[in-house]
Amino acid sequence: MFRFRLDGSSGVPPYLQLVHQVRQSLLLGYLKEGDRLPTVKDVAGDLAINPNTVVKAYRQLEHEGLAGGRPGQGTFITATSSPDLPEAQQALRASLEEWLRAAEQAGLSDEEVTALIAVARDDLKKERV
Amino acid sequence: MIKDDAGGSPPALRTDRLGRRYGRVWGLRDCTLEVPTGAIAALVGPNGAGKTTLLEMIIGLLQPTEGQVSVLGETSHSPMTARLARVGYVAQDHPLYRDFSVADMFHLGRAMNPRWDQGLAQARMETLGIPLKRRVKGLSGGQRAQVSLTMALAKRAPLLVLDEPVSSLDPVARLEFMREVMAAAAADSGLTVLISSHVVSELERLCDWLIILTGGQVQLAGPTDNLLAAHRLLTVPRATSDAELPGLIIHRTDSDRHSSALVRTDPVRLAATDRPGWQADSVSFEQLVMAYLQRPSNATAQNSATQDDTARATARPGPTTKAVSR
Repeated sequence: MFRFRLDGSSGVPPYLQLVHQVRQSLLLGYLKEGDRLPTVKDVAGDLAINPNTVVKAYRQLEHEGLAGGRPGQGTFITATSSPDLPEAQQALRASLEEWLRAAEQAGLSDEEVTALIAVARDDLKKERV
Repeated sequence: MIKDDAGGSPPALRTDRLGRRYGRVWGLRDCTLEVPTGAIAALVGPNGAGKTTLLEMIIGLLQPTEGQVSVLGETSHSPMTARLARVGYVAQDHPLYRDFSVADMFHLGRAMNPRWDQGLAQARMETLGIPLKRRVKGLSGGQRAQVSLTMALAKRAPLLVLDEPVSSLDPVARLEFMREVMAAAAADSGLTVLISSHVVSELERLCDWLIILTGGQVQLAGPTDNLLAAHRLLTVPRATSDAELPGLIIHRTDSDRHSSALVRTDPVRLAATDRPGWQADSVSFEQLVMAYLQRPSNATAQNSATQDDTARATARPGPTTKAVSR
């Protein structure tokens, strides 16, 4: 059975942490179509987390088409996991690697790289507004 | 699930201008609150804020000086027995008789509570590995807390009140205690829980309803999600005056060139802040609580005590989505 974890100090809202873990496990192949997710009660008791938060996470997963509830049986994974990244993602990854190499040669630290990405993303968002 | 007022059923807990005076000093004043059925509510405030005064009036240990408290329709004027049957209570120091065995404590519970669930009490001890024959004085702090919680749950009361239940416990015992509370809430969607706590960082994962009390007055109360959405952390140039900030200022810190202000605001006023050099970020649970706790008590204007009734229904899933997998 799949088990969730929770990082109290991450700053990411608890329900989103649960959603992220399912998405990530699908990408990594640890969750597959037809797998049953633990019941709300089990997750609440396991993580010491509000049952509503689990319900909210499961609803979000349903909304994203990754999971579905079967009355009386529980919540099941409905998406097929794709171990291979789609082509678009592979191309993006290649150009990102190239960019990261350039950043390294320019002497940027990991922190500076992260900050630069955040600034650039922020600027893009502002352009769109 | 949330029962709306419009539907006619009373909230699990309601206080109306509740107050308690100790001599010439008010321990709590003008406290008007509602907690819907099925919510898990956190009561936060500094020492001396009136938390225990409020809790003791809710469970019926203390008579109000003014105002009224009602628990699922039973008010402070109802017979004591009717009121006590509606509330399960775990006190801060988990008071149990030291020379009693766990079985003796349960025997007492059965004698005193008409709806006592002995099967539930025994099953919980078995799951937790606490022998029924063990005397209270031979239990660890965490085990005592679990026995206290079990006594409160086996009462089968619709409202569970926990006063600083984990403050004396180590981190592992704290987690184990809260796991049991959350599992109990998940197993019974009609159970309403009110927890007072100092451990702000641990409350976010537990509660869907937040009540902040300082200086004997309610500062903020409502569904956690709505309250978070109604606040922003603004970064603005230092010269910005308070009046220019779009909303009620809860906490402001000034640096040499810039200021940060946590404000209560709304989308319309927020849209007006899209100015160069201004930034608006969403607030975390801890930021929100800390801002209110640091606010001077004398800033407690009547209009800032906010009961957020508007979107209560969002705090607890409605009946249609409830089928997920309880």
